[in-house]
Amino acid sequence: MSTSMLRNNIALRAALRTAAPQATKAFSTTAPTRALATLPDLPYDYGALEPAISGRIMELHHTKHHQTYVTNYNTVQSQITDALSAGDTAAAIALQPALTFHGGGNLNHTLFFENLAPKNQGGGQPPSGPLAKSIETHYGSFEKMKTQFVAALAGIQGSGWAWLVQDNETGALGIRQYANQDPVVGKFSPLLGIDAWEHAYYLQYENRKAEYFKEIWGVINWKVAEARMK
Amino acid sequence: MSTSILRSTTALRTALRTAAPQTTKAFSTTAPTRALATLPDLPYDYGALEPAISGRIMELHHTKHHQTYVTNYNTVQSQITDALSTGNTAAAIALQPALTFHGGGNLNHTLFFENLAPKKQGGGQPPSGPLAKSIEMHYGSFDKMKTQFVAALAGIQGSGWAWLVQDNETGALGIRQYANQDPVVGKFTPLLGIDAWEHAYYLQYENRKAEYFKEIWGVVNWKVAEGRMK
Repeated sequence: MSTSMLRNNIALRAALRTAAPQATKAFSTTAPTRALATLPDLPYDYGALEPAISGRIMELHHTKHHQTYVTNYNTVQSQITDALSAGDTAAAIALQPALTFHGGGNLNHTLFFENLAPKNQGGGQPPSGPLAKSIETHYGSFEKMKTQFVAALAGIQGSGWAWLVQDNETGALGIRQYANQDPVVGKFSPLLGIDAWEHAYYLQYENRKAEYFKEIWGVINWKVAEARMK
Repeated sequence: MSTSILRSTTALRTALRTAAPQTTKAFSTTAPTRALATLPDLPYDYGALEPAISGRIMELHHTKHHQTYVTNYNTVQSQITDALSTGNTAAAIALQPALTFHGGGNLNHTLFFENLAPKKQGGGQPPSGPLAKSIEMHYGSFDKMKTQFVAALAGIQGSGWAWLVQDNETGALGIRQYANQDPVVGKFTPLLGIDAWEHAYYLQYENRKAEYFKEIWGVVNWKVAEGRMK
């Protein structure tokens, strides 16, 4: 079309503009709000997981360790949001390890406490539905899966977690180690996590972590793990 | 020189060969031996560092944690030596993280237990010689150095250590965090280390690590630290 037509024809230009495809907005243009985390309650008493995990450990783990991750996650997320609103990209990027650590700590502990249960709430009951089938497919048997899970836990060098995960593309199960508070994100979905940080067991098991990795199976909530499957 | 001369005179060729510079041998050609580590004794009783560190912690830390690093370091170093002797470079390289972890664990704990002392053996006595001067030069005062050291300890996310180190080139002091059992090697020399792994304090201080990072100064052996200066 001749440019002189567009230059002289306001109506034509307006019509073209309206007909142009709208750029898809991938984000909200309203002001961001803060979604401050709060410490979720446990669905059981602190002492309810004994003798696998002592009441003192559960109380400290929840009210001190998890609470601190919640508090610090809220601080860090606010700092990041503020940095981004002020256009301070460098500051936001510098805060990312802290977000991974505290945000990951909050995610991990939330999932962990949910995937534990007292015996009288089904803790320790092996899975029976689709998760049981998938475990058999990928590991041969529930016992073989446990053996690999325990090996993964025992092999952590430093602080970390082992998770039964599901591959988001293939649906396949896997067992993976995550260092420090790195959360299960990206390629995998977390199904069941076990905390291998020393604070998770030291008051009761001291250096005998192999015992903890053996006893904890008695309080695993496989129903919750199965519900996390996709 | 004409090749016909070299070809025809054995004596000449021999003389040339003998005159050629010997390549300097940077390693022994005799068969390698194993230098198996043993657990060093503590220079004080397990209970001697109380109330800063409990006797139970010292006993477990020494007889279980440190001993395990010694045992596993010996296994790993033997596996590496064997892999290298059979020309299996890939296997030797694959063992490097394990050497860092167990070998580092042995180094770190050996240095750590040496740089602690009961009060009656000088534990907690501030330094007075060249180390004191250097601390004043680099930090302004002994207390300012302690403040930074404690901040480094408190900031560790996961398992690790904080060390007062000396720069091998400049002699300058520094405080550095090391993750897991990564030892102080390369650019820096370790002067004083403090273990921030949870097993170092949890039985006594539980989650209250700030208390541990405060109390431990009462049993630090600054004479040993000064002895490590270059």
